[in-house]
Amino acid sequence: MAIGMRVDGWLPGWLKRGVLSDHLILWLSVAYVLGMAPWATGFVSVSNAQTILAYLLPVLVVSVGLTLVLIIGGIDLSVTSIIALASVLGAKVMSGEDGWMAGNALAVPVGVLVMLAVGLGLGAVNGFTVAVCRIPAFIATLTTMMFVSGFAIWVTLSRKIGGLPAGFVMLGQNLWVATVMAVAVTWLAHGFLSRTLYGRWFYAVGQNARAALVSGVPVGRVTFWTYVASGGFAGLSAILFTAGLETGNPEMARDNLLDVVGAVVIGGTSLYGGRGRVLGTVFGVLFLALVDNSLNLVGLTFYTITMVKGGVILGAALLDTARTRILARTG
Amino acid sequence: MDENPPMRVDRLTEPLLAFRRIDKGFFGVKVLEGVSFEVHAGCALGLVGENGAGKSTLMNIVGGNLCADAGEMRWNGGRYSPRSPREAERAGVAFIHQELNLFQNLTIAENLFIGGFPRRLGLIDRRAMGERARAVLREVRLEHGPDTPVERLSAGERQLVEIAKAMMGEARLIILDEPTTSLTTRETGRLFEMVRQLRERGLALIYISHNLEQVRALCDDLVILRDGQVVGSGAMSGFTLDRMVSLMVGREITQFFPTRTSRPSTEVLLEVRGVSQPGMVRAVTFELHRGEVLGISGLMGSGRSELARILFGLDDCSAGEIRLAGECLNPLPPRERIARGMAFLTEDRRADGLCLEASVGDNITLVALGRMVGRTKAVRREEAQAAVRRMREAVRLTPGARDGQPVKTLSGGNQQKVVLAKWILNEPKVFILDEPTRGIDVGAKCEVYRLINELAGRGAGVLMISSEVEELIGMCDRILVMNRGAIGDSIEPGQFDRERILRSALHSGVLA
Repeated sequence: MAIGMRVDGWLPGWLKRGVLSDHLILWLSVAYVLGMAPWATGFVSVSNAQTILAYLLPVLVVSVGLTLVLIIGGIDLSVTSIIALASVLGAKVMSGEDGWMAGNALAVPVGVLVMLAVGLGLGAVNGFTVAVCRIPAFIATLTTMMFVSGFAIWVTLSRKIGGLPAGFVMLGQNLWVATVMAVAVTWLAHGFLSRTLYGRWFYAVGQNARAALVSGVPVGRVTFWTYVASGGFAGLSAILFTAGLETGNPEMARDNLLDVVGAVVIGGTSLYGGRGRVLGTVFGVLFLALVDNSLNLVGLTFYTITMVKGGVILGAALLDTARTRILARTG
Repeated sequence: MDENPPMRVDRLTEPLLAFRRIDKGFFGVKVLEGVSFEVHAGCALGLVGENGAGKSTLMNIVGGNLCADAGEMRWNGGRYSPRSPREAERAGVAFIHQELNLFQNLTIAENLFIGGFPRRLGLIDRRAMGERARAVLREVRLEHGPDTPVERLSAGERQLVEIAKAMMGEARLIILDEPTTSLTTRETGRLFEMVRQLRERGLALIYISHNLEQVRALCDDLVILRDGQVVGSGAMSGFTLDRMVSLMVGREITQFFPTRTSRPSTEVLLEVRGVSQPGMVRAVTFELHRGEVLGISGLMGSGRSELARILFGLDDCSAGEIRLAGECLNPLPPRERIARGMAFLTEDRRADGLCLEASVGDNITLVALGRMVGRTKAVRREEAQAAVRRMREAVRLTPGARDGQPVKTLSGGNQQKVVLAKWILNEPKVFILDEPTRGIDVGAKCEVYRLINELAGRGAGVLMISSEVEELIGMCDRILVMNRGAIGDSIEPGQFDRERILRSALHSGVLA
């Protein structure tokens, strides 16, 4: 250890420990809140915390799904388009105005199931093209995104769908219900990745798919189910989004794709696969949500905020490489 | 080969490069400790040591990739502490790596000038480039035009391009790291001739190799590293091969191939009947018995590795049958074969043997983890940790490695032990080993041999593929020789003979 310390003498010990901490992004979030509080009026308040939470939960759910995909060394660009399609199809089932099951007592459970099924089904399509047809994930999910987002607009003729039943809207607007759902799936994904046999397989596939195959890991099956899971998480996210906004919208979450990828990367998950944690993603989503919200309060426009968020994501990536370098030197 | 090189060292001159008490550590472990020696112009210095002895680290310090923690280097009398490879290059150090650093898609000339193209009016001057390249290629006696793409050259010719590149940069010290591993005998001869010429011209050379005979034949001076310290140095004439080996290992290796006390039984474990796959293997038939170590020899490209992959289910076969303990394996994927007791140590541990970024512990448990889970598939951690501890002891992994340390930071020998541990933990019945001792040091080789004997003693059948004929003769109960995809010869115990094996491998002269 003594040698490592000497090499990194230029960094004070507390700073280095901070940079190396697994909770780095959480500490940065706390520091950000403290630093921003005097400037953004109303930033630290109960009502604003609720606003942040309502924005954060659906993004968190879809980001957790994407974390799984990145860990096996893949990418899923179709998640936000899946959210859009699930949103409009679910709304078409449930809408009290001209929904297919308008007024039916089972409209809400059927609508919810339809939304999850859209996610899982499109995830299965992605999984099939990537794992079985061996099409690069970037292309496979990009084409899914193009087709699905186009389809969502075509099927609604570009109109938003309102009049959703109260029983459904409650799922997103009652923050207790939404929080319990989001935390439950996040916690499940975390336990799955960090504690189970399958979790270890995910990491092995991302680290070295060939070695994993030789070692008896069913690489094809792992890949397929990862995309199914990612689609499923997107479906659940669609439920939270749609209920929260009380509308089925064919452009739902359209601007969120880079937020989602950015949050996962800020959380320390590697785009090269094999490295990442669900907890990191939670922190990443939190941090981006705080930045977004506070800059809104300060009165910046959507486009300026997007620019700032781009800078934040770049900063996080730089921090991550610095971290890796220090780790390589000191162990 | 065994002629003694003339001692032409004028010890009165200032050394070109001198190391003075160099220290370096990683992960809190000292990798180099108080290393001091000198390299003289017009001399070839052999640098030997086991993997992990610190050779590469030391050369990376010379080449500007790493900085020493303490001590100093002197170059031509002045202080020398390069902070980047480029600085080292400018001083006159040329580094020729194990894996060559040429751009395969570019031509010879483009590779030679990659550091700075001759320019005219701001554009690349192709004519000047061609002329200067031709001149230097003549010097290294490479009979290819400067416009030949590097991908069309053989390994030996590429080596010469590297040397030409070093000469163009007006290097004064050339470091060669395992330059002959991928060369044919003839190419090696040509390389040696080149090295001798460079020495005549007053260049200094550092020659790193595991091939001690070559080092002896080529070098004037010798430095032996063990655990980061210089344990022997001086004129080559003062060292015998035995002394070199024992200094490297730190103990006398009395018996290189450990004797096995168990005998193979008559019970057939693995039965291979007429296995064929066009372009790979033809009608391969053999039986592997309980407790037997069956060797497979043959040239590169004779179908040895392809056969191993087919047996393990990684590649298909168009005809034939593979039976393990009577059960037909043909339609089963690797996963199912592993469940039935197969294990496969691949030829290239970096490409498909290990998850390099993952930890020692995670790699060791990867195969057998399925047995350490409860009903919810949650891993029972204490059980997994205990298994890792047990395996570390069984394969005698270096105690310096932590369970959580990434495997890529281990030496080659220790990496190979991790691969073995991963499979042994699963208690294999049939273990296919493809080049189990490639690129690992003497000490680790002995450990691998010991583990193979232990496996056979426990009743496993071992299929050992190797390019080293001595190793097969020393370890196996029977040797099959593959030739162009088929089994050309089966050699029974008592008839082992280096010449016969080579003749069978070369038979029909296709690969002369």
